[in-house]
Amino acid sequence: MNYCVGIDLGSTTTKAVVLGESGEVLGRGITNSRSNYEIACDVSVGEALISARFGLLEEALAAEGVEADRRKVQLEELEQGFREEQYRGDLRELGSVMGRLLEAGTYSAQEADAVTCVLDKMEQNAGSLYGRGKSRKSDFFRDLAGGEYLELVEGEAKTRALSFDRLVGLYDKAILEVENTVAHDESFSSRIKAALGRIPEQDALLAKAISAVVAMNLTKAGSVGTGYGRQTLPFAKEDIRSEILCHGLGAHAMFPNTRTVLDIGGQDTKAIQVDGNGIVTSFQMNDRCAAGCGRYLGYIADEMNIGLHELGPMACKSTRPVKINSTCTVFAGAELRERLSLGEKREDILAGLHRAIILRAMSLLARSGGIADEFTFTGGVAKNPAAVEALRKLIQENYGERTLNISPDSIYTGALGAAMFAQREWRRRHCA
Amino acid sequence: MSEEKQVFKDDSQLRQKTMIADHYSRLAAAPDTGEKSVYTFVPGNLTELIRNFDLLPVLPEINALQSAMRGKSKEYIAAAEREGHSEDVCTYVKCDVGMKRAGNVGPTGERLPDPDLLLLSYTGCFTFMKWFEILKQEYDCPVTMLHVPYQGEGEITDSMRKYVVDQIKQKIIPALEKASGKKFDIDKLREQLRRSAQAEDDLVAVLESAKNRPSPIDAYFGGVYYIGPIFTAFRGTEQAVDYYRLLNQEIQERVRLGKGPVTPDGEMKEERFRLVVEGPPNWTNFREFWKMFSEEGAVCVASSYTKVGGVYDTGFRHDPDRPLESLAEYCLGCYTNLNLPSRVDTLERYVREYQADGLLVNSIKSCNSFSAGQLMMLREVGDRTGVPCGFVESDLVDPRYFSGSNIKNRLESYFQMIEQKRGGVQV
Repeated sequence: MNYCVGIDLGSTTTKAVVLGESGEVLGRGITNSRSNYEIACDVSVGEALISARFGLLEEALAAEGVEADRRKVQLEELEQGFREEQYRGDLRELGSVMGRLLEAGTYSAQEADAVTCVLDKMEQNAGSLYGRGKSRKSDFFRDLAGGEYLELVEGEAKTRALSFDRLVGLYDKAILEVENTVAHDESFSSRIKAALGRIPEQDALLAKAISAVVAMNLTKAGSVGTGYGRQTLPFAKEDIRSEILCHGLGAHAMFPNTRTVLDIGGQDTKAIQVDGNGIVTSFQMNDRCAAGCGRYLGYIADEMNIGLHELGPMACKSTRPVKINSTCTVFAGAELRERLSLGEKREDILAGLHRAIILRAMSLLARSGGIADEFTFTGGVAKNPAAVEALRKLIQENYGERTLNISPDSIYTGALGAAMFAQREWRRRHCA
Repeated sequence: MSEEKQVFKDDSQLRQKTMIADHYSRLAAAPDTGEKSVYTFVPGNLTELIRNFDLLPVLPEINALQSAMRGKSKEYIAAAEREGHSEDVCTYVKCDVGMKRAGNVGPTGERLPDPDLLLLSYTGCFTFMKWFEILKQEYDCPVTMLHVPYQGEGEITDSMRKYVVDQIKQKIIPALEKASGKKFDIDKLREQLRRSAQAEDDLVAVLESAKNRPSPIDAYFGGVYYIGPIFTAFRGTEQAVDYYRLLNQEIQERVRLGKGPVTPDGEMKEERFRLVVEGPPNWTNFREFWKMFSEEGAVCVASSYTKVGGVYDTGFRHDPDRPLESLAEYCLGCYTNLNLPSRVDTLERYVREYQADGLLVNSIKSCNSFSAGQLMMLREVGDRTGVPCGFVESDLVDPRYFSGSNIKNRLESYFQMIEQKRGGVQV
C-alpha cells in the first residue's frame, strides 16, 4: 500500500501525517523536537505509521464484522498495551545507557546502586501508567520517565546523602541518547503481539486482523517537509514547502470554508488568508521577536511550576482577569512574580497573560487583512481553552460574528498540508 | 559581509566604486586643498547648485549606509545610544552621530571634513530637521533650510514651485555664496543641468531595461549601485554623463544577449520571479539579503527606493532652460515627497508595466517616514493588480533588527505563494 507523508518540524514538536492513496488520513504521529532533526522526523513518521496500522486494524476488524463498540474497546486495550510495551522498551534502553554511563563515568557504587534502585521501581510502576481509561501528563517518554525519575531519585539522594544534581545530570545525558534511537518497523510487530498477549480473553478474529495488518507492506510514495526546521530535513529542495502554504492548505482540508487561519506555534505566530482552494493570498508572521508565541506559555508554566496543559484550565477559572500589557516573555515572568506578590490570584494573572498573547495575534491578523468567515485556529496553542476563550471574545469585539473552527487535530494542520502537497506531487508523477 | 568580498563586478560597477572612493579622498584632502564642503540630504538634493560654487557635497545618509555595508554601524549606533539617543530613533542619525564620535572617519577610512554649511533640504523625511539640529550643535556652522512642501494633494502646483524657487533665490543661493565666497553662475548651472538631463536619460533607459524578459538588471539591489553617482555628488558632472553612458551600453548589450542580472554570486541564470520592491534595502546584511532573492531566481524589476533621490521615469528632466524651476520640481517630485495615493499609483504602474509577479515591501523599523502606511499601500496594490504581495521587516543600518532566518523564512513562503498562485490547485 502506498502512502504519502507530510512532516512539520516545529520548534517544540515534530508532527507527521500519513495519507493513503486516495488522500484519506491514515495516521498521525508526534514527538518532541530534539537536537537531531532527522531523528525527530523518523520518530514522528514512525509514530504516524503506528497510528496508521491501528487505523488499518480497525478497518480490518470492521471488515470482519466486529461491532463498533467492541472494536473501540479492543483497540483501546490493545493500544494501551502497545504503549506500555513501548514505554518498557524505552525504559530498558534508558537502563542500559545509564549503566554504560555509570561504568564509564566517575560515579560511586552508592550512586550506581541508587540509580538501579530507581530504575527497578520505574519498571515496577510502568503497569500503573497504562490501562483502559488512563491518561498521562504527556505521551513523550522524556516527560513521563523524567517526571518519575526526578521524584524517585530525590528520595534516594536524600536517604543516601548523595548529590541530587549529579543523578539528574546522569538522566539528562542518558535521555538524549535514548530519544535519539528510533524504533524500527519490526518493533511494531513484536509490540502489538505482546500487547495482544496482555489481553486476558483471546480473540481469534483480533489475532487474525493483527497478523494481516502486520503483514501489510506500507510503501512511502512521497514526502514533503515543512516547519521551522524544514531546511535541515533530509529532503530535496523541491520536497520542502513553507509552513505558511502547508497551514493554509491543511486548514482548508479540515474546514473547506476557511478564509482566515491563525496558527500559534512554539516560536512563531502566523496569520494567513486563503481562497476557496486553500491557496494563500496573504500572510503575516511575527516580526523581529517571538513574544507572545507558544513558548511564552511554556515559560510561564515553568515559572509557576505547573504543567503546560494545566495553564489554560486554571486561567479559565478567573473571574477578574488582570490587565497585562507586556508580551515580552522575560517581562511577563517579572510581571507574574510582582502580581503574585501583590496578592493577585494565579488564575486572574494567567487569564491576563492569555489575553495578552491573543492581543498580539489580533494585531498580526489585522495586518494580514483581518478575520474573514470562516476562521480556523491551529497550532499547539489552539488546544488551550483560555487562549481560545480570549480569542473568541476579541473576535466578537473587533469583527463581530465569525465561525471559529478548531479541530482536535489542529496541531497536525501543517503536517496535513505538507502530506497533501506530497500526494499531489505523487499523483502528478504517477499519472504522467 | 563587506562589499570588498564581492567577486562578480562589471565595468560600470568598478567605475562607480572608483568615482565614489575618489570623492571621499577629495573630501579627506579638503582641509589641505582648501575646498569647502556642504552637508545635505539625498531626497531633493541640490547637487548641481552646490557644485556650481565648487563646493563638495557630503551626504550623511550615504555615509551611514556605507558604514553599515562595511560593518561599522553597530559600534557607531552603540556610541550614539550611550549618549542618550533612543533605540527607536532613525538609525541613520545614530550611525552618523557615532561616526562623528569615532573621529568623523568616513566609510573609506579617511576623515571627512567638517561642514562649512548645512544645507537642509527638508524633503519627504521629517527627521532631517532634527538631524541637522544635532549636527549644528556638533559643528557650530551655519544652516540654511529649503522647505519643500509635501505633495499632499498629489500634484505640484505653481505656488509650490514658486515657493521653492523663491527660497532657492533668496536663501539658498546667498548661503552658498557666503559659504564658498563665490558668485552664483547661471550659465554654469545651465551647462550642469544639460549634463544632468543626459545622465538621467541613460539612467531611465537602464531602469526601464528591466521590462525585458529576462530582466538584465536587478532594479533594487543592483539599482542602488546605479543611483549612487546621480543621487550623491556627481549629477551635472561630465563623470556622471560618462558613467551612465557606459552603464547603459553595458545593460543594452545584456538585453541583446538575453542575459539576466549580475548578482554578487555571478550571473543569474533563471528568472523565476519578477518583483516590485517598496522601501529601502537593509544595509548591514545587504549581500545576504540579496542572495535570498537571487538564489530563488527572484529579480527585482522595479523599486521605489531607486526613486528616493528623484523620480525620472515619469518624464521629469533637469532643464537648462528652466534652471531654478526644474530644480524646484526635482525636489518636489522625489518619491519620499509623494503622498500615499501617488505612491500606490506608482507601485501599481510598476507591477503592470514591468509585468511583475508580486509586490514586496521591506518595512524599515526605524524609518517612520517610509514605513507609515505601507501595509495599506500593499493591500491597495494587491487589490488593484491581483498579484500576491509580501511583507518583510528589517532596518537600515542597525544589525540588531535583521533576523536573517526569519526574513528568509518569510521570503521563501512568499515565493512559494507566488508559485502556488501561478499553478493553481495543482501545485
